[in-house]
Amino acid sequence: MERPLIRDIRCYWRSLRCFWGTSLAAELEYPLNAAIEFVSVLGNLAGSLFVLQLLFAGGPSLGGWSWSGALVVLGLYTLLDGLTTCVLQPNLSRIVSHVQTGTLDYVLLKPIDSQFWLSARTVSPWGLPAIAAGLGLIGWALAQGGPEAAAGLRSPGAVLLPLALLLAALVILYSLWFVLAALSIWFVKVWNATEVLRYTLVAGRYPVSAYPPALRLLFTFVLPVAFLTTVPAEALLGRGSALWAIGSLLVAALCLAGSRLLWRFAQRSYTSASS
Amino acid sequence: MSWAWRVARALLGSQYALMLEYRAEIALWALSGVLPLIMLGVWSGSGAGAAAGLSPQQLSHYFLAAFVVRQFTVVWLIHVFEEDALQGRLSPFLLQPLAPLWRYLAAHLSEQATRVPFVLLMLGVVGLAAPGVLWWPSPGELVLGLLAILAAFLLRFLLQILFTTLCFWSERAAALDRLLLIPYLFLSGLVAPLDTFPPAVRRLALATPFPWMVDFPARLLAGEPVNVALGFGAIIAWCLLLWPIAHVLWRAGLRRYSAMGA
Repeated sequence: MERPLIRDIRCYWRSLRCFWGTSLAAELEYPLNAAIEFVSVLGNLAGSLFVLQLLFAGGPSLGGWSWSGALVVLGLYTLLDGLTTCVLQPNLSRIVSHVQTGTLDYVLLKPIDSQFWLSARTVSPWGLPAIAAGLGLIGWALAQGGPEAAAGLRSPGAVLLPLALLLAALVILYSLWFVLAALSIWFVKVWNATEVLRYTLVAGRYPVSAYPPALRLLFTFVLPVAFLTTVPAEALLGRGSALWAIGSLLVAALCLAGSRLLWRFAQRSYTSASS
Repeated sequence: MSWAWRVARALLGSQYALMLEYRAEIALWALSGVLPLIMLGVWSGSGAGAAAGLSPQQLSHYFLAAFVVRQFTVVWLIHVFEEDALQGRLSPFLLQPLAPLWRYLAAHLSEQATRVPFVLLMLGVVGLAAPGVLWWPSPGELVLGLLAILAAFLLRFLLQILFTTLCFWSERAAALDRLLLIPYLFLSGLVAPLDTFPPAVRRLALATPFPWMVDFPARLLAGEPVNVALGFGAIIAWCLLLWPIAHVLWRAGLRRYSAMGA
């Protein structure tokens, strides 16, 4: 007799494989998109590097960050952006149309957790170039910065901290997206709210200390951009502080719990289309 | 002539009413144009502006002006057109005695009119957060700047028509807009003033249509020295170059169009 938890995990894993297999097959019908995405990632990366270089023209540091440190931040941003294109954007931007057309009814009736279904139904391979570019940039920056740059990675135990913070960043990013998308239950016309999020998160391309104090507060406490790229980058460079690490994990836990609570509350307010 | 006036009034009036219905959405779109303000934050924190000979005040004027220019030169034609072509909504438009693109142009202009209060509100918030950062351009600069914004918008619209016509050949042509956005983002002066570019890159950028879309109107509004005749001349020259290409592509595309589901 299997324990219920293990059975659940198996069931969800099987569903996930099925979801992603079918959506990959559908996306691969458009091979031209792969080329476009590849060129777009390369172009964006070249442009970002160019601007970063312009910003470094004034001195050897940007907000106290060296060139290789800023590259790590940019790499993390590119990585998160790729993951957004892969999973978050294709799924969560659809919640709105489910609400508009009333097909959310069918989702809620399925014998599977509705938040899981809405968050993991499809996957798009078009974020993979960005993920690869981001990882490559991080690796290159750490190698270029010399042995002391990768101080965060000296011992196997120390590798865990950046990984945990990166995971926390992913959880925060997911929760932000999900909360904004779930707001469409009440305000049907917020389909572009997630676009706003995407454009403001561009701030994560640069270390948060490069901004004036007022924006720094905003990017830490209101829109937690700091926890997305700057904090994991500090850990990778071996400069992570316990306070920021604990804060990051705490914010991640709060955001996830918040998104879950909001969704349960939203379901209670949902009255389906045309009723 | 009176016919054109009547059509223009009817189109603009109805599209403006439609856009007012979607004002919440437009407010969000306006909010998504904060990139120049974010870049102002980064630039004012680094010494790179001073290294290029730009004072903090020049930097803030430039980026605030770029913010306004960006707000009123947004073009989303390709995304609406792709959907209209795929869902067959284009067919009734084609039956009317008016080229469908005029309808989209009226929609864009109405959307900009709807944006005005939101942009003013955002500028007000910036003014409160950083007192003294706002300024009032002289009447001459203001008129020329607004004209330059309109000209830049028309050039962007024309450039996007080129890509939009590809919707007749591909079902996912809107993805191409992402490619068009890259040179626009980095060469137009939206994320970095052109003065800070290395001379070679600057020359390359000025040979493309992109700096005339943001850098030129923004510098006019910010009161920077700028060659007005050259700027308007360049925009007109690019329009004259793109217009025949867009026309030919549009005609060829229409001949291919067979209405979805037909």
